[in-house]
Amino acid sequence: MLRLLGLLALMWTFAVPSFAQEMPADARAATGGAQNLEDIMRRQEGAKIDDSFRSDLTGNPDVAAATTDQLGTLGGASDPDLWRALRYNAADITTQVRTPAATTLMQDGGMWWLSFREGPMLKIAVYLLGGTLLLLTLFYLIRGRLRIHGEKTGRTIVRFKAFERFGHWLLASSFIVLGITGLISLFGRKVLIPAFGHETFSFLAVMSKWVHNNISWAFMVALVIIFVAWVVHNLPDRTDLRWLARAGGLFGGEHPPAKKFNAGQKLIFWSVIVLGGSISLSGLSLLFPFEINLFGHTFSTLNSWGLPKLFGLNDLPYPLSPQEEMQFAQLWHSIVSLVLTAIIFAHIYLGSVGMEGAFDAMGKGEVEEQWAREHHSIWAQEVLGEPANSKENT
Amino acid sequence: MKSFLMALVALIVISISANLILQQIGLSSSNASTSFGNVRISD
Repeated sequence: MLRLLGLLALMWTFAVPSFAQEMPADARAATGGAQNLEDIMRRQEGAKIDDSFRSDLTGNPDVAAATTDQLGTLGGASDPDLWRALRYNAADITTQVRTPAATTLMQDGGMWWLSFREGPMLKIAVYLLGGTLLLLTLFYLIRGRLRIHGEKTGRTIVRFKAFERFGHWLLASSFIVLGITGLISLFGRKVLIPAFGHETFSFLAVMSKWVHNNISWAFMVALVIIFVAWVVHNLPDRTDLRWLARAGGLFGGEHPPAKKFNAGQKLIFWSVIVLGGSISLSGLSLLFPFEINLFGHTFSTLNSWGLPKLFGLNDLPYPLSPQEEMQFAQLWHSIVSLVLTAIIFAHIYLGSVGMEGAFDAMGKGEVEEQWAREHHSIWAQEVLGEPANSKENT
Repeated sequence: MKSFLMALVALIVISISANLILQQIGLSSSNASTSFGNVRISD
């Protein structure tokens, strides 16, 4: 009997911690209602804790002492209560600072953003850009340069007018500078400061920020120019399906017929317009902090459609603090820019070393007639005034 | 090549102009996140 009692006592001893987990209120009795070791351990493990025992403890004005009593002027909230209210963004803050977001003193979401930006974000950048360069190198080594198959004629035809080339080069040069300065900002703290030191990076960061912010306008102007100049030629049609079905002849065989732009170029065009437009919008949001808030409203709309639940996710955060708006804008701006950069790597490859005769289109504005016949047969026939090949071109 | 050089010139002109214009109309990004110099009107 005594042994049985001893066993029960032992079991009770082991049961207490789990009992305490289930009943946190009792578990905190020993600490007078404050957090205990269990809370600290769970937080260190990164587990979610219910900290309402602290966040709700922000004073009670209804039981405030009369203002003539000791501490009565505190209005029912002690100093710790006030600090807790500040900590959980529940305090009624007034400030003479009239800038947006001035009343948010502590913002938990910032830690998640900072951790993501300093870790996974950089990995995404390295894998995406590095992976694309690796794939293009492999493609070049396996497939080699795409040559003009037929005999060159020595005659050229106008492919792009001066204004089109101007728009293209304005977009290209601004994008390259924006890409480099953007990567300087992204990799500054983790890579460039350890490599070159704070002083060198300081100069680099100030310069690249100025350049990035101001060249962005040239990018946006160029985006409008190329949209206006080329949208008509980039509307999808049936020739695109045939071109895509044969992968544009990239992996061998003849090049399928194409108009002024083939399906691959149309994909590049719409990627540039859609992703470039999105980058511009999020860039403007970052350029004028707190003035253009894109994400809170979008998240709210997506939640109302039940989209996150379709994918088994929790609702997207809403409402967002002004800082969170900026943080989401920064992440979106970076990720979309990286995706577009990877696409542009492929575009630069095919427009230069990857394909014989392609660079002339943007370099000189004129292309070898045979190149035009092989890569854009329908367009070449139109330009040269030849009757269309009905079997291939319809 | 001429178009490329023209684009580079335009790039520089647009960038510098944008900066000057935004500063003139007080829309620089640094103004949006900091207070004006003379916030304190009296002691």
